[in-house]
Amino acid sequence: MSAVGQRPQRATASLRHRLAERGVDPTLLLLVPGLVVAVALFVYPFSYGIGLTVQPTAAMQEQWGGGVLANYVAFFRDPFVFDSIGITMRLALPAALFNVLASIPVAMVLRQRFRGKRLLTSLLVLPITLGTVLTAQGLLIFAGRQGWINRALLEIGLIDEPLRLVNNYLGVMFSLVITGFPFAFLLISSYLSGIDPSLEQAAKTLGADWWQRFRRIILPLLAPGLATTFILTFVLAFSVFPSARLVGDAMGETRVMSLMAFRAFGEQNDYSMASTIALMMGAVELLVVVAVLGLRSLLYRGTTGGKG
Amino acid sequence: MSDFESLELRGVGRRFGGVDALAGLDLTIKAGEFVALLGPSGCGKSTALNCLAGLLPLTHGEILLDGRRIDTLPPERRGFGMVFQSYALFPHLSVEKNVAFGLQMQGVARAEIDRRVREAISLVKLGDHAKKLPGQLSGGQQQRVAIARAVVLEPSLVLMDEPLSNLDAKLRLDMRTEIRRLHQSLGLTTVYVTHDQEEALSLADRLVVMREGRVQQVGTPDELYESPTSWYVADFMGYRNILPATVVSTSGSEAVVELPGTADGGVRLTGRAIGALAAGDRVRVAVRPEDFAVSAVGLVETGVSTGLSGGSSSAGSGSIPGTVSVVEYHGREHAVGVQTGDTMLHARASSAPQVGGAVALTAPVERVLVFPEELDAVVPQAVAA
Repeated sequence: MSAVGQRPQRATASLRHRLAERGVDPTLLLLVPGLVVAVALFVYPFSYGIGLTVQPTAAMQEQWGGGVLANYVAFFRDPFVFDSIGITMRLALPAALFNVLASIPVAMVLRQRFRGKRLLTSLLVLPITLGTVLTAQGLLIFAGRQGWINRALLEIGLIDEPLRLVNNYLGVMFSLVITGFPFAFLLISSYLSGIDPSLEQAAKTLGADWWQRFRRIILPLLAPGLATTFILTFVLAFSVFPSARLVGDAMGETRVMSLMAFRAFGEQNDYSMASTIALMMGAVELLVVVAVLGLRSLLYRGTTGGKG
Repeated sequence: MSDFESLELRGVGRRFGGVDALAGLDLTIKAGEFVALLGPSGCGKSTALNCLAGLLPLTHGEILLDGRRIDTLPPERRGFGMVFQSYALFPHLSVEKNVAFGLQMQGVARAEIDRRVREAISLVKLGDHAKKLPGQLSGGQQQRVAIARAVVLEPSLVLMDEPLSNLDAKLRLDMRTEIRRLHQSLGLTTVYVTHDQEEALSLADRLVVMREGRVQQVGTPDELYESPTSWYVADFMGYRNILPATVVSTSGSEAVVELPGTADGGVRLTGRAIGALAAGDRVRVAVRPEDFAVSAVGLVETGVSTGLSGGSSSAGSGSIPGTVSVVEYHGREHAVGVQTGDTMLHARASSAPQVGGAVALTAPVERVLVFPEELDAVVPQAVAA
């Protein structure tokens, strides 16, 4: 083949071809709008926020020392603020765990067809539409000291004085469960339907009773989905904000991290401290997420054969 | 759990959503038998199998093992092994662990499990793949794991639900031989569901042909092949030419029928009447392609026979004229499609006739079967082996 005239032509063609094989072709331009939004609304503000954390106010520097890292010094040294990590964790972890674990039996039972199944499913999922404020309102009305629950129990005589179910840890916990459960339930239901039903049938013919089927077949195949659901539910619960205020004890036992950040921002006008607290909140969440993902990578994550 | 005398299905039926997916199934299976349930999709064969396994509850009838009712038992307590069409291997467990699963459910000792699993895996010739996950195996290999998993338990009954239908043609043949070999060496009673008549004929001791939830005929491969009791069963047994006709006259066990839709609107054939027929009855005539003799119509060269196939063209059952429209090469012979009127007939010939040429098809009387049109009146043969 004559080389001179053809060589440059071949080189260009093959370069385009090679790039296309790696996924670099005009369709990549479709990413541009998304990238622009991500950079403008997330990357930039986020980086700006990080930048803020190392620009502490003069008052902060005086109180805590540490130069540019005064905010961080304040964060770790001020028990009022630092304890918010533990407080938020004590709310988010149990709430997420409960939501995930409680969803499993409910999702398992709701696999079969029965009368009223759709109604029951709708009832279970409805709270998602309510939002935190309406849920808080409902909780205050029903579970408050004058609320329906307390009045009913008092009437029956089961208790002598009203139970403190709101404006404390319990109130926030209820709120987290009410709004988080439907979410976990929907996710786990969909993971469950992704498991090929003939696997359970095979297990039945091999002599496995319901518990053995659950423990040896369903649970291992569901586990990666449980991990993912836990991560999502945990992150949702960890960023709890309005509930902590409305049905919690905002400056007391439910002073969650988001509230601390808001206090710094709204009441003390200390944007950089607020950013610091927000950043630390993200860091804690990230730690948990990475840990769970690490555990998840040890599990079988291949296809489970079903419709998904 | 592994020894029994007989498994009896009495009036087994399943009605779902107002439709009888299965009705009136009466069958007695002897220990060690290989029974095939044969029929097209929707005929109820898979329903019957799932009812036997306990995966579907019965709405009518009962299933008895040596006289004891087992249809009230859940599948995990029936002690039957099952091989699924999709294999249903546990994707997160290795081949070994898959095969060991049933034994673990039974609480067998670890050393014993290891031994039996090893035996089962080498029985299906997968020794080199014992530690692999199902996702790393080919279809045929997965199939063999599914079989090993079911038979390692030495169950009293092995149920197979179209296990070969997801495999390619050559693999299907190989696996068929494997299944036969396994059945011969292990002697496990088997109920096998398939829509492939060749599979059923080659594997089964007895076949049950089903249609729309009901049994059409039960018998040995030989009985079904030679003496189908309805045109539906004949169709399954390779009588590819099923032609509607009307009875002109009957005499003894023979009937003369007229075939509409063939050349000149009226060709007469004489055939063997199956069941009671009378003049004027609507019937269907069934002839195997290989029973048709194809003869060229036209000038005959002296001394050279015009017969193109080996089938006997004597015994005067009548002759059907037609035109050759399709010729397929099948190695030692040819499949010939003959268009006559608006019907296409299928025949075989050892040498290829001219496409477009005029031919006449004849068949011996005893090879032409005449069945009543009506199917539901057919009473299947005796159900006990």
